[in-house]
Amino acid sequence: MSLGSLPPEPVPSTELGAVATGVATGVGTPDMAAAVASGMLPAGKPRSTFRRGLEVFMENKLAVTGVGIFVFMLLFCFLGPLIYHTNQITVDFAHEELPPSGAHLLGTDANGFDVLGRLMVAGQISLEVGIAAAVLATVVGVLWGAVAGYIGGFVDAFMMRIVDAMLSIPTLFLALVVVSMVTPSKPVLILVIALTSWLTTSRLVRGEALSLRTRDYVQAMKVMGGGNTRAVLRHIAPNAIGTIMVNATFQVADAIALIVALSYLGLGIRPPQQDWGGMLSDGVQYVYDGYWWLIIPAGFCIVIVIAAAIFIGEGLRDAVEVRLQRR
Amino acid sequence: MIRRVLQAVVVLVLVTMITYALLRMIPGNVAVAVMGPTAYRNPLAIAQFDRVYGFNKPWYYQYWLWLDHLLHGDLGYSWKLNQSVASLLSNHLPKTVFLVGASIILALIFAIPIGVLQAVRRNKAVDHFFNGFSTIFYAMPAFLLGILLILVFAIKFPIFPPEGPQGEGVAVLFTNFNALVLPIVSLTLITIALFSRYMRSSVLDNLTEDYVRTAKAKGASERRVLLRHVLRNSLIPIATLLGLLLPAVFAGALITESVFNYPGMGYLFYQSALNQDYPVLLGITVVVAVATVVGSLLADIAYAVLDPRVRYVSQ
Repeated sequence: MSLGSLPPEPVPSTELGAVATGVATGVGTPDMAAAVASGMLPAGKPRSTFRRGLEVFMENKLAVTGVGIFVFMLLFCFLGPLIYHTNQITVDFAHEELPPSGAHLLGTDANGFDVLGRLMVAGQISLEVGIAAAVLATVVGVLWGAVAGYIGGFVDAFMMRIVDAMLSIPTLFLALVVVSMVTPSKPVLILVIALTSWLTTSRLVRGEALSLRTRDYVQAMKVMGGGNTRAVLRHIAPNAIGTIMVNATFQVADAIALIVALSYLGLGIRPPQQDWGGMLSDGVQYVYDGYWWLIIPAGFCIVIVIAAAIFIGEGLRDAVEVRLQRR
Repeated sequence: MIRRVLQAVVVLVLVTMITYALLRMIPGNVAVAVMGPTAYRNPLAIAQFDRVYGFNKPWYYQYWLWLDHLLHGDLGYSWKLNQSVASLLSNHLPKTVFLVGASIILALIFAIPIGVLQAVRRNKAVDHFFNGFSTIFYAMPAFLLGILLILVFAIKFPIFPPEGPQGEGVAVLFTNFNALVLPIVSLTLITIALFSRYMRSSVLDNLTEDYVRTAKAKGASERRVLLRHVLRNSLIPIATLLGLLLPAVFAGALITESVFNYPGMGYLFYQSALNQDYPVLLGITVVVAVATVVGSLLADIAYAVLDPRVRYVSQ
């Protein structure tokens, strides 16, 4: 991969901090760099490590593309209907299953809905449920993992065995059992997906909490008279937050995959509402008729949104790892 | 190692508790569900039903009863299909085991060389190509892949049937081999995407180890270092990985089976979810969870046996 005009990788860390600050603020001078290097200015403030992480992220073309795609899809789904007006409410059998044309850019489906407009409305549901479920799962996972990691001992062991037990049941199976018991609406689905997918987050956070608590620099700070609150707020939380963010991004990818799968199986979003998975399961009924526009566009949207989330997650992970290396 | 086995036992007990809690959460009265709504007119019949099946006992006693049945191989009874869950599974489970087993073996055959190639040619065109490949198949929902395979290889070019082998018994799998191709290819592609990423990073980790430098310094050829040292050590985490990814493969199998109407355990589970046939759902959940726990336990034991460093520590 060519890095273009960006500086080559191996540069001493103190210089990097200065370069990053200089690039970002535009006021960096050689004097400043020298001052940082000689210890006159505080080097490695959280701000500049954040900038360094940001820089690594921006260097990752796939991650930047991922952000672009994700933002585009959000705009497409939530602002698109304001520009591209279509009827998504009343069924129109006079214009059903039309192939793509000037009037309907991606054709119409079995109910006469414009497919492009349908993609936007359906995408709103997939994205809303996916993102909300991922955020909720992250909150639950962080709390569970942090409590287990901090208390330790028997409580920790017991809490983590519960996580192990739930992890041994595939998320899809667990979600299907719960969804078959309730009438799925958007909030219910968010709750079900969140409650079945916080497990990996909690494991990760517990591990972070356990290892950060015993790190030398935290211990050293405590010896110097720092309290528990300071340890958590100034050292543990900022260092764990990178890992949490990375995990949350992957959670978004997984949650979207899960809601789409549930809807495809007919146990997610119910008609008249429809998400991308529902569009696919409807489209499949016409697969023998060669109505590709009922399958390919929805499938394409699902794949690029999930892939974008994965790319962002991987870019974030690399950025966080650079921050970890600097410590 | 004893500690690890004990952990697995605790996890298994918790799994049964979670499953039982789900069973209790189901709305409605079992007696009414079985005998129909008219049973409400006959409270004596409901009381009789509850007495016979132990529903009048406290919940912990019911749990114990359920667990006792479980330990004796009685997974419950599907009143909807009028068949015991165990006999349903004896028909469906072998088909899933075959599908999952064949896909995992095929996936390993492809994923290991791909991962090694990617690691050795890191950041070259080959690496990027397979990275793109695995990301696409990782991001692609299993049902979409199945639909696309049907679209291309069953409808556009009718080479393979769009459905898995139908019929009772395991024998149909071998009499109708053509019908197996698409489901297996579908699950294999997804599994390759899962495995090859881990294989790549595992080989990359090992390439920077000291023993690689030592071997090279001793004059071993690139090829010998790769095959004799790096590959052997990189394969060890695959054992753990298999245990870890088993739930994901099962989930993939469920979707694949429902897309291809492949009459395995996942298809049965899906149909039961649609019909709200809870005894079947929970029976299968227990079976899958036990398989996963035992699988990851075996993987950890295999890890300790294969990796001399782990064995050294545990002694």
